[in-house]
Amino acid sequence: MKTTEILIAGFGGQGILFSGKFLAYKGLLEELQVSWLPSYGPEMRGGTANCNVILSDTPVGSPIITAPNVLIAMNLPSLEKYVDSVVAGGQIYVDSSLIDLKVERDDVEVFYIPATQIAKEEGIATLANMIIVGHLLENHPELSFDGAETVVDKLVPPKKAALKDLNMKALSLGKNYKK
Amino acid sequence: MAERILMKGNEAIAEAAIRAGCRHYFGYPITPQTEIAAYMAKKMPKIGGVFLQAESEIASINMVYGASAAGLRVMTSSSSPGISLKAEGLSYIAGSDIPALVVNVQRGGPGLGGIQPSQSDYFQATKGGGHGDYRMIVLAPASVQEMASLTIKGFDLADKYSMTTMILADGTIGQMMEPITFEDAEPTVYEKPWALTGTECKRKHNVVNSLYLKPDELEKKNFERFEKYAEIEKNEAMWEEYMMEDAEICVVAFGITSRIAKNAVAEARKAGIKVGLIRPITLWPFPTEVLRAAADKVKAFISVELSMGQMIEDVKLATESKKPVTLCNRAGGMIPTPDEVLSAIQKAEKGEF
Repeated sequence: MKTTEILIAGFGGQGILFSGKFLAYKGLLEELQVSWLPSYGPEMRGGTANCNVILSDTPVGSPIITAPNVLIAMNLPSLEKYVDSVVAGGQIYVDSSLIDLKVERDDVEVFYIPATQIAKEEGIATLANMIIVGHLLENHPELSFDGAETVVDKLVPPKKAALKDLNMKALSLGKNYKK
Repeated sequence: MAERILMKGNEAIAEAAIRAGCRHYFGYPITPQTEIAAYMAKKMPKIGGVFLQAESEIASINMVYGASAAGLRVMTSSSSPGISLKAEGLSYIAGSDIPALVVNVQRGGPGLGGIQPSQSDYFQATKGGGHGDYRMIVLAPASVQEMASLTIKGFDLADKYSMTTMILADGTIGQMMEPITFEDAEPTVYEKPWALTGTECKRKHNVVNSLYLKPDELEKKNFERFEKYAEIEKNEAMWEEYMMEDAEICVVAFGITSRIAKNAVAEARKAGIKVGLIRPITLWPFPTEVLRAAADKVKAFISVELSMGQMIEDVKLATESKKPVTLCNRAGGMIPTPDEVLSAIQKAEKGEF
């Protein structure tokens, strides 16, 4: 039995829910059991946003994550709030262009990715989230990078077809990111 | 097999309603159920249906009353404060013995409360809400798939018994996405000889009404209606049992809470505690028999709820209080962690009530 509980947190507008959707659909494509739960409170209207994604090879119990295996922190308050909730042996992905704080735990694997900076330099300023997701896919054989394009095709509406290539670009940048 | 797609719980209700043949939706927006109305607004005009955003909740439930009187499959949806506004209409629909499907995606209360998930409308759904002696069939989905399947079932039960079915969900299940499949099935069609479809001068006109000024007539109506309710109590209770075979402690939980409780039960089992879960799927009729039978086997019950303790009263009634029943609860939009439920299980195991 393998269950991956991914908590994605940041500001509204950083594509937190979208990256969660991407991971949920990727899980669906890999024939895993999945659940996706957004924060839907007033925080959606400009404050903090977070999203719970569970991927499992057995049916998902509670969709609410209290101890994530994976934390994606896209701003400082999110990292501070959730850093201690990550299980030992888990992973933390930090957008290091927005967060100066270093994780002071030695029982988790931490990936510092200057995603917002990279996204700006590459002209895809709104897609820092997908750069981190691309890196995450590389680290998770149960998800893998294969099929990412199918998921992007599914999620990006035909009217915004130009965004498909940009999302793929962001994912590839994340995949190939080396410190 | 049908394709697995990802859908929000609220959208699953709307899509299932359309597949069940519902072509009339009347509503008024409120978080956390607005996706139902949004989905209907998008789909209904394309399939010759009606989506109407009424001027208020009271108007929308009375539109349901009217459309149902005309024999149509019809629904409305809202969240807690909005359901309170619909209560008058619910009572009229019950008093007129016509079908309706009403969805309540609950949020914290009382009053305007909050917008986070809650189960504190249990009393309102199962014991009344509106005035007078009446019941609604109350279905409590625990997954996105059940949001769909119980919506379809809910329309069938409403038509079969000519009364309201309420889908009692909560903000979490409304907002979350899970894989779901839809089977291709034609909706069941029920004869409605009482419907106001126009006599064409060929039959006596039908009347849909809840006014009976002669007390003996009104009493007779009430007794007849309760015979129907007794039939439903006998035939329609639904529940799920999880690890109950050898259980010494029985957790009772419905909807989203049952999923948290399942995690806790699985954890407790790892520690060797013999615990199981009974999940009522129908809250009315309440699955009394399975709980009564469990009361002869287990040593304690734990009612896990997102309320100050409402279903716990039905658990005590069903088990005739033969065994202690404790409450593990959060309220106001807060949700217990599996660990909180686990510690309630550990307490019960030690005999601390």
